[in-house]
Amino acid sequence: MNTSTKGIGKVIFSSSLGTLIEWYDFYIFGMLAKTISVQFFPDGNETAALLSTLAIFAAGFLVRPFGALFFGRLGDLIGRKYTFLLTLVLMGSSTFLIGLIPSYKSIGMAAPLLVLLLRLIQGLALGGEYGGAATYVAEHAPDGRRGYFTAWIQTTATLGLFVALGIIMVVKGSMSDAAFTAEWGGWRYPFWLSILLVGVSIYIRLRMSESPVFAKLKSEKKTSVNPLKESFGHRANFKMVLLALFGAVMGQGVIWYTGQFYAQSFLENTVKIEFMQNREILLWAIGLATPFFLVFGALSDKIGRKWIMLAGMLLGVIFYRPIFGMLLKDADAKEWKQRNEGMRYVKKEGLINPLIKLDTIKRNNETLQITHVKETWQMSEGMRFTLSYADTAALIIQDPLAINDSAKPKIIFSAGPSNILWVKADQKPVYSDKILSPALKWKFIGLIWIMIIFVTMVYGPVAAFLVELFPTKIRYTSMSLPYHIGNGVFGGLVPFIATLLSTTFTSDPLVGLWYPIGVAALCFVIGALYLNNKIDKNIND
Amino acid sequence: MVIAPVVIYFLVMGAIHNISSTGTKDINKPIPWVIIITIFTPIALGLMIFGWYSLKGEYDKLPESSDELE
Repeated sequence: MNTSTKGIGKVIFSSSLGTLIEWYDFYIFGMLAKTISVQFFPDGNETAALLSTLAIFAAGFLVRPFGALFFGRLGDLIGRKYTFLLTLVLMGSSTFLIGLIPSYKSIGMAAPLLVLLLRLIQGLALGGEYGGAATYVAEHAPDGRRGYFTAWIQTTATLGLFVALGIIMVVKGSMSDAAFTAEWGGWRYPFWLSILLVGVSIYIRLRMSESPVFAKLKSEKKTSVNPLKESFGHRANFKMVLLALFGAVMGQGVIWYTGQFYAQSFLENTVKIEFMQNREILLWAIGLATPFFLVFGALSDKIGRKWIMLAGMLLGVIFYRPIFGMLLKDADAKEWKQRNEGMRYVKKEGLINPLIKLDTIKRNNETLQITHVKETWQMSEGMRFTLSYADTAALIIQDPLAINDSAKPKIIFSAGPSNILWVKADQKPVYSDKILSPALKWKFIGLIWIMIIFVTMVYGPVAAFLVELFPTKIRYTSMSLPYHIGNGVFGGLVPFIATLLSTTFTSDPLVGLWYPIGVAALCFVIGALYLNNKIDKNIND
Repeated sequence: MVIAPVVIYFLVMGAIHNISSTGTKDINKPIPWVIIITIFTPIALGLMIFGWYSLKGEYDKLPESSDELE
């Protein structure tokens, strides 16, 4: 039984730093999805470009299980240390290279294809990283404190997100929007930064020693000859892989991604909070919630892992719709406008307000005049938003008696000769770039913080849970696959499936939540019925 | 065991209903559906196997040491 904590600090630092950087590399892509969609896809349909970018983002998640199989096997054959050194090199170099790809305008279809290829390499690398890092720390941790020490690794995913957000905010804040979104603009800097961060981490990891548990196994010549076959070909172990996936990690994955990634995407694309404030809200919520990974990891050492994880899932199932509904309702700028408390126009970046642009389009016998209007308003409480709408008028030169019934209700006036008619189309106002008042901003931070607490409950104990489920000689392989299916597939697809649902069922802006709610509910039931709350003290077998 | 085929059924029906060459929404494109169905089919299969194991009582007593996994 291992009760010593000597040297554990260095182990945690060296493992966590590299893992954090890998998460950072993986997440800057998602954080910049909207900017990237403009660069690497043709002009035209913004939603299609965003969806395609999210699909490439999702592709990186979908290959994680394959990375888990490849690198998990390697880690069980040759050792943890060199395997997750290799994953770090792959991740860092592919991230750096994404930042070097020219835009679609310069190299056409090669742009999105290259991005996809590098994104797939990122996914493979990440698939190998986590299992190695969690196993490495767990195999050094003393018995009775495994939950607490592996929880440090669990903080790295959220901290990676935090660093990604922070760096993007710093870069964006230091330049104009135009400079940030230019083809070779500031949005590339976070990608280029990765190579420096990775260099430091590689240096630190090279100085690490192999896991003592694995080293012992290797010296006794008891390592697995075929970890894949032993993990998934033997029924006794395979059934535990299935239980880990469907009873724990599947739900953990959707809770993780809904509370952080989908929350950020929802605030940006549905609620339409202004870019910088959106990121600020996430940063505060993440920063204030991160210590709870350690709290729940330590708590799981005392009371078991199972019920803490399942409680996090259940809370998500119950509270997601109310919380997201509140985010939407409280940021209803139309309602702000109707309240009309000391509202005034605001000048932004030297532009006149309102900004009016007139387009004239000729089509067959018809001339359309479309007036695009963009107004920026500010209320006395400090709330601000941009209201955009298109006012369309059509000059129709034809026999007025031939106007069909469906057009008649829209006719606002007829002027001049009887063969000329003006028809006003419906306005569709869009409220965007919303800036919340300080009080409302903190309410939003609180709501996102609550969802991240659910994340800490499901994620804090899960590394120790997975390590304890499998024997040493096939641990890296066995725990990596369910982890990356649960997180990479179920969790990683949350933004994509939610966006797909909301573009189909447009009447309900919260419809995308049914996917994570359904998955978490199913996982809760399976986990409650079949998981064991006992902690395996001996992971050396 | 029941949920898995139901999920695949709904995904396939959703694909049949929504994929349209004349459609203009993003949901009308076949590629996202193909990818999602391809990814979820083996997972659904795994869920069915899990259901089969649980019906057979394989999870009534979980192993407490690695010897029981040999």
